[in-house]
Amino acid sequence: MDKRKIEENIFKGLMIASTVMILSSLALIIGTVIMKGLPAMSMSMITQTPKGGYYLGKEGGVLNAIVGSLYVAGGGTLLSLLISLPMVLFLNVYVKRTSLLAVFTRFSLDVLWGVPSIVYGAFGFSIMLYLGLRASVLGGIIALSLLMLPIMSRAMDEVIRMVPQELFDASYALGATKLETAVKVIVRQTLPGILTAVLIAFGRGIGDAASVIFTTGFTDHIPTSLFQPAATLPLAIFFQLGTPFPEVQERAYASALILTVIILAVSVASRILTKRFTRNIVK
Amino acid sequence: MQRKRFLKDIIAGRLMLVLTVFSGLIVFLMALGLYFRSQPILAVKPLSDLLFSSGWHPLRGEFGFLPFITGTLWVTGVAVAIAIPFSLLTAIYLSEYAPRGLREWLKPLIDLLAGIPSVVYGVWGVLVIVPLIKDYIAPFYGTFSTGYSVLAGGIVLAIMVFPIIIHVSLEIFNAVPYEMREASWALGATQWQTIKHVVLRKALPGVIAASVLGLSRAFGETMAVLMVAGNVAKNPTSVLDPAYPLPALIANNYGEMLSIPLYDSALLLAALILLLVVLFFNIISRIILVRIEGSV
Amino acid sequence: MEFKTHISVRNLSVFYGTQQALKNITVDIPDKKITVIIGPSGCGKTTLLKSFNRLIDSQDGMKVTGQVFVDGENIFDPQVEVTHIRKKMGLLSQRPYPLPMSIYDNVAYGLRIHGTKAKKELDRRVEHYLKEASLWDEVNDRLHTPASRLSVGQQQRLCLARGLAVEPEIILGDEPTSALDPKSSRRIEQRFLELKEEYTTVIVTHILRQAKRLADYVIFLYLGELIEHGLAREVFENPQKELTKEYIRGTIS
Repeated sequence: MDKRKIEENIFKGLMIASTVMILSSLALIIGTVIMKGLPAMSMSMITQTPKGGYYLGKEGGVLNAIVGSLYVAGGGTLLSLLISLPMVLFLNVYVKRTSLLAVFTRFSLDVLWGVPSIVYGAFGFSIMLYLGLRASVLGGIIALSLLMLPIMSRAMDEVIRMVPQELFDASYALGATKLETAVKVIVRQTLPGILTAVLIAFGRGIGDAASVIFTTGFTDHIPTSLFQPAATLPLAIFFQLGTPFPEVQERAYASALILTVIILAVSVASRILTKRFTRNIVK
Repeated sequence: MQRKRFLKDIIAGRLMLVLTVFSGLIVFLMALGLYFRSQPILAVKPLSDLLFSSGWHPLRGEFGFLPFITGTLWVTGVAVAIAIPFSLLTAIYLSEYAPRGLREWLKPLIDLLAGIPSVVYGVWGVLVIVPLIKDYIAPFYGTFSTGYSVLAGGIVLAIMVFPIIIHVSLEIFNAVPYEMREASWALGATQWQTIKHVVLRKALPGVIAASVLGLSRAFGETMAVLMVAGNVAKNPTSVLDPAYPLPALIANNYGEMLSIPLYDSALLLAALILLLVVLFFNIISRIILVRIEGSV
Repeated sequence: MEFKTHISVRNLSVFYGTQQALKNITVDIPDKKITVIIGPSGCGKTTLLKSFNRLIDSQDGMKVTGQVFVDGENIFDPQVEVTHIRKKMGLLSQRPYPLPMSIYDNVAYGLRIHGTKAKKELDRRVEHYLKEASLWDEVNDRLHTPASRLSVGQQQRLCLARGLAVEPEIILGDEPTSALDPKSSRRIEQRFLELKEEYTTVIVTHILRQAKRLADYVIFLYLGELIEHGLAREVFENPQKELTKEYIRGTIS
């Protein structure tokens, strides 16, 4: 009898210890980024592009990377949304859950979710070579939109799946076509959920480095067209950390802080939306 | 008017169908694309030579992937060995012991871990884990290490993999019917006996799937590993040795790719290998998960 | 109304958060008789039943006041080991939930967790209790196949065997036939009637006819309150309270 209790208590102790350990690693990571990033932070970091000698420790900031990241991640999100939303509506409104097409597509998206971002980068790059494109904003947008596609569409799918069948029936009973039902009823009903999916995908995209390393390139200038290369925050962090100069490395910490703040903001926003969304759902 | 509405419906349906089919086929397009791009090198060298030889001298036309493959295996192995026990213990605690309020509070925090960009993990690894290994762990074992090592890569990857394994495992535990636990308690089993003999047994396939998903994530993760694993193209012999995993190889050499013959083909072959291995793991675990969903 | 008391409930109230599921219940459950708890759905029947083996413990925000004495021991006393209470009672739930293991292991499960390890002893007892639940003849050639492959009726009898195997004094049934076809239901009811010589049995049901077939003693609950209790014949033939009359007549359900 006692032995059962001892065993249970040992395991319970281990469980609490690993929960605490995992949570403290989160605290440690965010804490480190803030502690190292804040002292290196300055107004010029977010308002200026790198001046000559920036990578030797001279003047400038990472505005080029911030803007570049927003362009590439924003464009990728938009492109991905243009593919995801119609697809998810199609899967939920036009075909049955158990149809071969639906099962196959969902499975294939789940598998796509697991593909490493470096593979997206390599694949995106070989498409660009084939099309004769150079590293550019457009290349980054294409690679990121592919990376975001499974994340965004599966998140939307989860939300739209929760729409009760009665709502579809009510719309059809009024004589609406499938398209009208999808756009006017389903999208409106699940809008916060759809936005959450978009934000989650944006957050993943803006933080990803391996897929843009080939496709977007790097430059100190803010791009003015889709066909120019652009800097991105993750790569700016990577390059600055790779220099032998402590001053520049500190800028990497500041850039990491900027990126982390963006990600946290997006994550908090999506959580608020999710809360609001689930509140409206009748279970 | 009516005809226009129906026409719109039909056209939109067709367009959506095209987009859906396209998305469903992306995985195959990627595999095919990479396969064709890696043809040039496969035409010159047999695959077994590439996979099992160690010389990496692109300028001399030698492309031996072995050190990179072993590097990947070492780093992934260490990551998984750390991640699986910690994640499972945490998932069991959250699902079976923690009060509901605490669970709802902690789940978003753990998901947050999944949202942190890998490059930030890399920075953190360089700032915290690498010095830790160099100044404390290696001297403790009486050896020297720069800190940039298999162990550093493994630790950072493990933390990145935690949220995946925990998240999927929680869903799996959730799918075990509550009444099944009740049946076990009603027989006088303790909470832990119920978990060990009933919940875990019922959840085992799903837990394996969750772990495999985590493993494949670790396998393909690039930036964080690139920043902390040391990138020395030699077979590691201990966890304190540096390693040069495949994804890091691809990411590190993008600049030189075009100027050296066969180099880009070799790197895209590396990407293809990565893709196929990850696909293999993912397909297995997704099939298990789909089965579970279907059976509940 | 002369009988030996087995479970004695004193001023029992159960709360889920702010909601009160049971209101100040006081009742005695007779030893080695079948007691049936009746009442409309959502009236606290299951909560009362599951408070006997403290399965309500694991509900979030649950609070209990009052006492339940089993063999003279207050089971809500913090000193009491809950597994020891539960071992005294076998539970049959609304739907059978076989554990994710073989037929044999389902019956052996309770024996093993309470320390029986010897193979011979396990074999003997598994056979014995499968016979007790009148399932042995149907499964003795496939004891090591997964229990989930049995029909629902067979699964419920397996759950009965599983519950009997820990040698309880009390059998608790939470609408135990509600998922079964009429033939399987009859078999289970038959077993209850045969087993009542050895066990105190408490069954929750919303089927009045089933209650009449089985009950020696009846407890009628309505919205968490104990309205009436007593010998089955007296309550069914001559109910004292207006609500009981209406329920038995079928005007409320």
